Amino acid sequence: MSHSTPLLAVRRELPPRQRRFVTLLSFLLPLLLWCAVSYVPGLWQPLVKITDPGSVSYFKPGMQIEKALFRQETAKAEAAGTALPAGEPANPVYLPAPHEVATALYTSFVTEPARRSEKWLHESLWESIQVIFWGFLLSSLFGVPLGILAGTFPFFSRLIEPFVEFFRYLPAPAFGALAVAILGIYHAPKIAIIFIGTFFQQVLIIANTTRKLDPSLLEAAQTLGAKNRALVFKVVVPGILPELYRDMRILLGWAWTYLIVAELIGTSSGITWFITQQARYKNFDNVFAAIIIIGIIGLASDLLLAALGKRLFPWDKQSKGDRA
Amino acid sequence: MTAAAGNKDYLQQSEAVRERFERLKQRPVTLEVRGLHKQFQGSEGPVTALRNINFKTHQREFVCVIGPSGCGKSTLIRILAGLESATEGQVLLDDKPVYGPGPDRGMVFQGYTLFPWLTVKKNVMFGLLQSGAPRARAESEALQWIDLVGLSRFADHYPHQLSGGMKQRVAIARALANQPRILLMDEPFGALDAQTRAKMQSYLMDIWQHIDITVLFITHDLDEAVYLADRILVLKAHPGEVQELIEVPVPQPRSPEQRLSPEFIATKQRLEELIHPPGSEEDNSDHLDMVRLVPLDSEVRSVL
Repeated sequence: MSHSTPLLAVRRELPPRQRRFVTLLSFLLPLLLWCAVSYVPGLWQPLVKITDPGSVSYFKPGMQIEKALFRQETAKAEAAGTALPAGEPANPVYLPAPHEVATALYTSFVTEPARRSEKWLHESLWESIQVIFWGFLLSSLFGVPLGILAGTFPFFSRLIEPFVEFFRYLPAPAFGALAVAILGIYHAPKIAIIFIGTFFQQVLIIANTTRKLDPSLLEAAQTLGAKNRALVFKVVVPGILPELYRDMRILLGWAWTYLIVAELIGTSSGITWFITQQARYKNFDNVFAAIIIIGIIGLASDLLLAALGKRLFPWDKQSKGDRA
Repeated sequence: MTAAAGNKDYLQQSEAVRERFERLKQRPVTLEVRGLHKQFQGSEGPVTALRNINFKTHQREFVCVIGPSGCGKSTLIRILAGLESATEGQVLLDDKPVYGPGPDRGMVFQGYTLFPWLTVKKNVMFGLLQSGAPRARAESEALQWIDLVGLSRFADHYPHQLSGGMKQRVAIARALANQPRILLMDEPFGALDAQTRAKMQSYLMDIWQHIDITVLFITHDLDEAVYLADRILVLKAHPGEVQELIEVPVPQPRSPEQRLSPEFIATKQRLEELIHPPGSEEDNSDHLDMVRLVPLDSEVRSVL
């Protein structure tokens, strides 16, 4: 007799079919909510979009105004006996409907920039990816070895961690003006902001991960004749590698959040430039499209890295329970 | 007090056993422990974990260390391995004092401690490569040790693919591959189920008989101690001190059937007296009175 697992069981993995369904649901539910708000009349729609201004002098076709104001002006016109304004309920312009954003996902790539000096969307994206890449690479180049040293030797832990602990509370964007003054207005200060935002967290997280390595592995290695150098490179480093890899995936996500701030510094650039520019033109469908593209790039690269991790570390038990 | 207390049957040695012990004592001393003290800084002042421990192991001897929990037997083996330092006293290996861990004292831990990122073969090669052996030689030697513990088919498996008993066999092979002067084993079979443990004991006996190795084996299992050891070092707790050094009168080589022999039972009884002296157990009949929530014996009709 086989029991089907109840949907809500503490720490019991769901069967594969349900698991896929629930994963789908996690995307579907917000989307459904968005659709409902956009398409079901009267569910929200706090504004009125004017179709005919009637006798109201400042109304213009296509203009969106508060419902209350519309009613007030209609009443006034009624009382005065002049032509009544007409309009239909509408959502604010900053909440485009799903189909508009879906279209924008395509059109924003093929629409020529407003001015010739401006960049296409894919060029902006490529710029952003480069900034992330260099910022994260530089941070890792210093952060990973320092974290491992601090996690392995109490001497380095004392030397490095107190200052890093202090520095990580300083918000990275606060260094924006300084970074521009020192590094100019192009990519360098942006890379610096991502570096500052990532590096200090990275040192602490990796030091912690290193400390979590089972100490009995180090003891076993010592009884097998391993000394300091070999302990670090033959035991500590391979021992923490799967965890380190997971840390890096999380940190890469953080780097993306610093990107938006970094790109506003100096001459605004990359995907952030695109977003602010489109918001200025009130093309909110393009704004949403760009935000969704960031999400897709983030999720896709993380899934890719997770899959790669499984191949890289076949002995790692934890990665089996990893998502996807 | 029962009549068993003070039973000195375990001191009776057959002629063959006595001769064997005499020959054993002629052999060179591998490990010597002299006046070992260990003190910890506890929250309520210093705690003495070990007090004045002295003993010797001879070449190819199998010595078990047994004692109640808190007697410091794990601390003792960790000091011998060099993973902890003694407050006072000396550890001599082949008459030379040792400081810190080294490949001359192989160690097998209760928790396996195999490197999860290395295959069985590479785990066993680890020590050989550390001592500077060329890769090809390390590999061929490792495979021989893996063969000795009967795991040739699993040479390319990762530790997580092995059962507990297999992991511990790999750990033994890994320690032996360095050809240590002594093999230190810290409750190596403690985490295994009863059947696997019995099998592992036979494996270990088999290996020990075939190679030149001295073994110091920590256990809390009386049966295991009598079955494996030439001599048993019995410690007592608070502070950890040597209570008695017992020469096991059961003839070598050992076989599972000997567990029923009078010498075996007498030795085990003696250990029982030393480690669980009568009256040391807490009387919990009072507590049973309090359990009123379950039906009492008298309320349940007997089927007889």
